[in-house]
Amino acid sequence: MTFRVAVRAIVRNGLRSFLTTLGIIIGVGAVIAMMAIGAGAKARVEQAFAAMGTDLLILLPGSSSASGVRGGFGSQPTLTWDDLAAIRTELPMVKNASPQLRSNQPIVSEDQNWTTSVYGVATEYFDIRSWPMSSGAIFTDADIDSSAKVVVLGQTVVDKLYGANANPVGQMVRIGVNPFRIVGVANRKGQSSSGTDYDDAAFIPFTTHAHKIQGGLGKYMNGQVYIQTQPGMTTRAQADVTGLMRDRHKIPPSGDDDFSIRNLSEIASSQAESTDTITTLLACVALVSLVVGGIGIMNIMLVSVTERTREIGVRMALGAKPMNILSQFLIEALTLSITGGLIGVASGVGVALLLTVKYQWPTLLQPEVIVVSVGFSAFVGVVFGLYPAWKASQLDPIDALRYE
Amino acid sequence: MSTEEATVAPANEHPLIELSDIQKVYASGDVSVHALRGVTLGIARGEFVAVMGSSGSGKSTLMNILGCLDRPTSGIYKLDGAEVSRLTKAELAEVRNKTLGFVFQNFNLLARTSAQENVELPLVYAGVSGKERRRRAIAALTRVGLQERMDHTPNQLSGGQQQRVAIARAIVSQPKVILADEPTGNLDSRTSVEVMSIFQELGRAGITVVLVTHEPDIAEYASRVIVVKDGYIQSDKQREMKEAIVPPEFVPPVSVRAPEGKA
Repeated sequence: MTFRVAVRAIVRNGLRSFLTTLGIIIGVGAVIAMMAIGAGAKARVEQAFAAMGTDLLILLPGSSSASGVRGGFGSQPTLTWDDLAAIRTELPMVKNASPQLRSNQPIVSEDQNWTTSVYGVATEYFDIRSWPMSSGAIFTDADIDSSAKVVVLGQTVVDKLYGANANPVGQMVRIGVNPFRIVGVANRKGQSSSGTDYDDAAFIPFTTHAHKIQGGLGKYMNGQVYIQTQPGMTTRAQADVTGLMRDRHKIPPSGDDDFSIRNLSEIASSQAESTDTITTLLACVALVSLVVGGIGIMNIMLVSVTERTREIGVRMALGAKPMNILSQFLIEALTLSITGGLIGVASGVGVALLLTVKYQWPTLLQPEVIVVSVGFSAFVGVVFGLYPAWKASQLDPIDALRYE
Repeated sequence: MSTEEATVAPANEHPLIELSDIQKVYASGDVSVHALRGVTLGIARGEFVAVMGSSGSGKSTLMNILGCLDRPTSGIYKLDGAEVSRLTKAELAEVRNKTLGFVFQNFNLLARTSAQENVELPLVYAGVSGKERRRRAIAALTRVGLQERMDHTPNQLSGGQQQRVAIARAIVSQPKVILADEPTGNLDSRTSVEVMSIFQELGRAGITVVLVTHEPDIAEYASRVIVVKDGYIQSDKQREMKEAIVPPEFVPPVSVRAPEGKA
């Protein structure tokens, strides 16, 4: 009954009620849309880093320095094959490690050719980067030992050489001057956060790469090492690898590292953090709108109480206790704010879907955000409805009945 | 029991309304206004009392105190045997809800609300369930002859009909006393007679009616006339009640039946 009375009072002043709740609608809608956009962006960043591989460290060789011109990391091969073996065997925090030697080579099929990055890797590489095959299989350790001429192609390369949906496993391609047999096609992985196409690549055993492309397997490794650590242990593993490498390269305590380590988990979490910060800022702005909306509700409830003074007097004469009047107006304020909240949810979700469908923005709707923002709008209703309702309940029935 | 006041209703051990030395002082700034200067009054069950007096005489203050809308500054007010002059706001609200019914000059119906819902209002605050409320509202509206108009809102009803809805609202919670403040003030003479005949019928059914009026010809329908002046009761006379008969050339009078299950 009380609720019906509240609804009727609200519907009676339809336009006024709508304008009153607009603040809440915009506030809740903005919170939900902002959070959806923020969460979507964060999810995309996380997805991009997960595509690189989880719990991943990349060990890069040091820089060369010739006549004062410093070459940047990787310009000087400082990592040795023995370093790789030591990392694999001596550190308990390291789960897997694989070299990654890289060169750009044209790959030629029977009637097409495509120049792409050819990587020399170990079999563990695909596990480290959580990269399954879509058809065929990864080359084996025996292939590594025998420097077999086998290749795993990325999906983009397959598309370019054989067209979409083709399965070229078993066919032969030429990489540089050497014929290779295709043993597998890697699953489509998509783009990195900077837009690099992960699938535009071909993978061959690192031994084959060293012998046939780089010209011999010497002491130094001309590439990087991908290290997968024990789950969640990247920071500790990074310290362990640093210690081991300094030890092996006999760097004095005051000396600079002749290698560097990229901790992708850290980069990922700092990126996620900055997304979080922006999302929080946007949500705060939206919250301000909610509070302003609450003030609007208080304003209109005060007007409503004044307008209906006589009605309040009649209700009191007929036996309404102050508590009944208080709850009547509080329920009205709550109905306004919660209705506004629900409309806000609908518009926020609508905006998020529109951005996704029309502009391909990544958005992610979180149920808890919806619950919290509706809850907050109810809270706003109580806070700002309480004073007008209390004022109504304290009216003197005689004065209220006489009010013109 | 006050012996100097005769009562018309038979077999009454104590008056339903008992005021002893009621005073009401309004303090506004340094000036204090004595609205009531010691009113002692007993009203029996089933009496139809008209309270008369010029404006400023204190009759409105008396009505407010009788209606439990206001508390006396001093004195004792016993309603149906219970002392009500020192109750809290919420307790007074409950007394108004259970024991009293109000009829106002300007009807005071809730606008844009059907007659039936208006009549249900006191029952809402009494915590009566929806189904029972509906049943009793329909019974009350039938009693004042508005069974055909239950879904009409006040602006679809004539003044007389609105006042009948207000009376139905006043009697729906089966109160002991109906307090009517100038109930015919906004009505023409024929509908006034109609309304007075309903009040007389309620009196016959055992409900006490206290009516404030300044029209002597309306006071004629009451069985007792109390005149208030300067905060005192100036006169208090029993009299022969004039039968309220609606002139025959108009629609037949409201059919008023005895309330079902009335003690």
